[in-house]
Amino acid sequence: MDAIILQFLNGVDKGAAYALIALGLTLIFGTLGVVNFAHGALFMLGAFCAVTTNTLLTLSQKVKDPSITFFEAYIDQPYLVTWYGDLGATIIDWSVPISLLLAIPVMFLLGTVLERGLIRHFYNRPHADQILVTFGLAIVLGEIARTFYGANPLPQPTPDFFTGQVNIGAIFGSDLAYPAWRLLYFLVGVVIMFGVFALLQFTRFGMVVRAGMQDRQMVQLLGINIQARFTLVFGMAAAIAGVAGALYTPTLPPNYEMGMEFLVISFVVVVVGGMGSLGGAVLAGFMLGILEAIVALPVISDLIPGINQVIIYAVAVVVLLTRPRGLMGRKGVMED
Amino acid sequence: MRKRDYFLLFIFAAVMLSMPIWGPFIDAGYPDIMQRFAVFGLIAVGFNLLFGLTGYLSFGHAAFLGIGSYTAVWCFKLFTMDVIPAIIASTIMGGLVALILGFVALRRSGIYFSILTLAFAQMMYSLAYSVLTPLTNGETGLQLALGDARVLDRALGTNPESGLPSTSFLGFGVSNQGMTGYWICAIVAIIGFYIALRITRSSFGIMLRGIKSNQTRMSYTGLAARPYLITVFVISGMYAGLAGGLLASVDPLAGAERMYWTASGEIVLMTILGGVGTMFGPILGAGIIKWLEAKLSTFNESVVEQAMAFLPDSIEHSFAVVASKFVGEGWHLSLGVIFMLIVIFLPGGVMEGLQRLVGLFGFGKTKKQGADTSTPAE
Repeated sequence: MDAIILQFLNGVDKGAAYALIALGLTLIFGTLGVVNFAHGALFMLGAFCAVTTNTLLTLSQKVKDPSITFFEAYIDQPYLVTWYGDLGATIIDWSVPISLLLAIPVMFLLGTVLERGLIRHFYNRPHADQILVTFGLAIVLGEIARTFYGANPLPQPTPDFFTGQVNIGAIFGSDLAYPAWRLLYFLVGVVIMFGVFALLQFTRFGMVVRAGMQDRQMVQLLGINIQARFTLVFGMAAAIAGVAGALYTPTLPPNYEMGMEFLVISFVVVVVGGMGSLGGAVLAGFMLGILEAIVALPVISDLIPGINQVIIYAVAVVVLLTRPRGLMGRKGVMED
Repeated sequence: MRKRDYFLLFIFAAVMLSMPIWGPFIDAGYPDIMQRFAVFGLIAVGFNLLFGLTGYLSFGHAAFLGIGSYTAVWCFKLFTMDVIPAIIASTIMGGLVALILGFVALRRSGIYFSILTLAFAQMMYSLAYSVLTPLTNGETGLQLALGDARVLDRALGTNPESGLPSTSFLGFGVSNQGMTGYWICAIVAIIGFYIALRITRSSFGIMLRGIKSNQTRMSYTGLAARPYLITVFVISGMYAGLAGGLLASVDPLAGAERMYWTASGEIVLMTILGGVGTMFGPILGAGIIKWLEAKLSTFNESVVEQAMAFLPDSIEHSFAVVASKFVGEGWHLSLGVIFMLIVIFLPGGVMEGLQRLVGLFGFGKTKKQGADTSTPAE
């Protein structure tokens, strides 16, 4: 039983990452009608924002190692520790949450710049061209990340405060413990999702954006600069991907190829959820994440080897054959 | 097939067959790279049949390439080292898998199709790495072994007494670094080009173009589009499987990395770079990319510094540092940048560029043949 709950939680954790990427994809797709193959790369760049923050915070100088007395030994000591002592060490320890201060503005800016500078010119081109140019962008962004950070995964520290295990089993009357950081990730993911929904449902900005998704031309005729708002939405989607990537680094050490791995699954998530449906993206994200984790249980994977590699795609096939529009796709939204 | 098409075929055959002569002038006179030109030209031609004619953008073509390679190596292991059964088997396997995938993926068009094919290829890749290890030998890749069955070879007594055998073509050695491998690839590529030309010019090809320009209208005229799409998808998969089989024939090993998304992407890049929907474009693109890969990836910083030695020292170094990021291991960066530039500014690829040049200078007569063949890509 504990094993099942554990896998379930793992699935929820990974599902949160899928759902966040899929949410951004759907936002971009719903507003601008562009399939962003570079969205995985944005997730990856978010992760590297965390790496950058960590590198910056741990800039070091050589100091004499006091613990070795019989010869001169030097160790690297971060400036922050030299200057602020324990406080500096704590700041370094919290580098991943702190990196959000870098990731959110950087990714938001990058998103708007990309939209204004590149994607904008592709609205009137065929979908294939949009896919191709964002695919090229994904390659370029990935390779840029590689020239700066190399090809190896770079593990990031979990803040000490969250390294412990939370005794989540107490709810069910067992003593199942789960890493606190992963629970935090899930919570942050849920908060972001609710934030996006609230923004779209309960604010004037959201109302205009939703109206623009329905009928862009009409909104424009009413004298609203819908394009500017869509640009902001693109920036927002990029920032969400960035946050999702940055906070995922303690769980999965980032490398330059991680973007595409997540993107492929997020695409499947979007297709299963229904193209253009935010709720569908979130639902399918969690569903597929959990499903993937559950079938990785030894009981099931011994029975059908390799099922955990295939299950997501199998579900996608079944959904497409039975409900071509996806779980929550509406009629008339991107039928082809 | 009109006269002009035979002329096209003749040009292509002449270019392929004379490659050992002109190859050395672009520093590509050795069999390995010439084989790559032929094999990847072939797969790009097959991809172009699908994307160029119907507009269905498949992001999973490398899966067929990988399956073709695995099939061919298994054929070598189990039956005979002769390449003919191997490439036939890999072609058929490529077609079969394409049939299964096409049945599902072609239910949707546009973006969905791209996503489904991409997902399928990633699935094949992760399967090849994990569960299918008995079939694919996982990370090591499938290789020949001393204890392989090679039933036919043993029965015919052509199995070598000791050491690993090399692939052969009716008794001629192939994989041991001769020109035989290249000739086989070149001949197969020419045949493949001929078939593609026939398909493009046939009424079947015209139907496919009709589907591309307006599928709804085609179905109003009473055409069931799906059988056509599945057929061309299977043909395209067979080309990819055949290319995989050829790759395994000239170098009998197969690895899962051939199915990775970058490999699928590369096939797309080749076709777009050369020019979608044109006959020569994809082959040209494949040649350019494989040539760049062979050249750029061997450069390193010192080569770049030498090349920039004419600049003043002060700016030379900073230039060289930047430029060195684009070569060697980072050559994919240059590939990505070139690709983006092409998609943004020259959607018709190199062929469109040539066409524009011809139009610009008006010395059209000699180049007219090339220009005529390229239908403007969307």
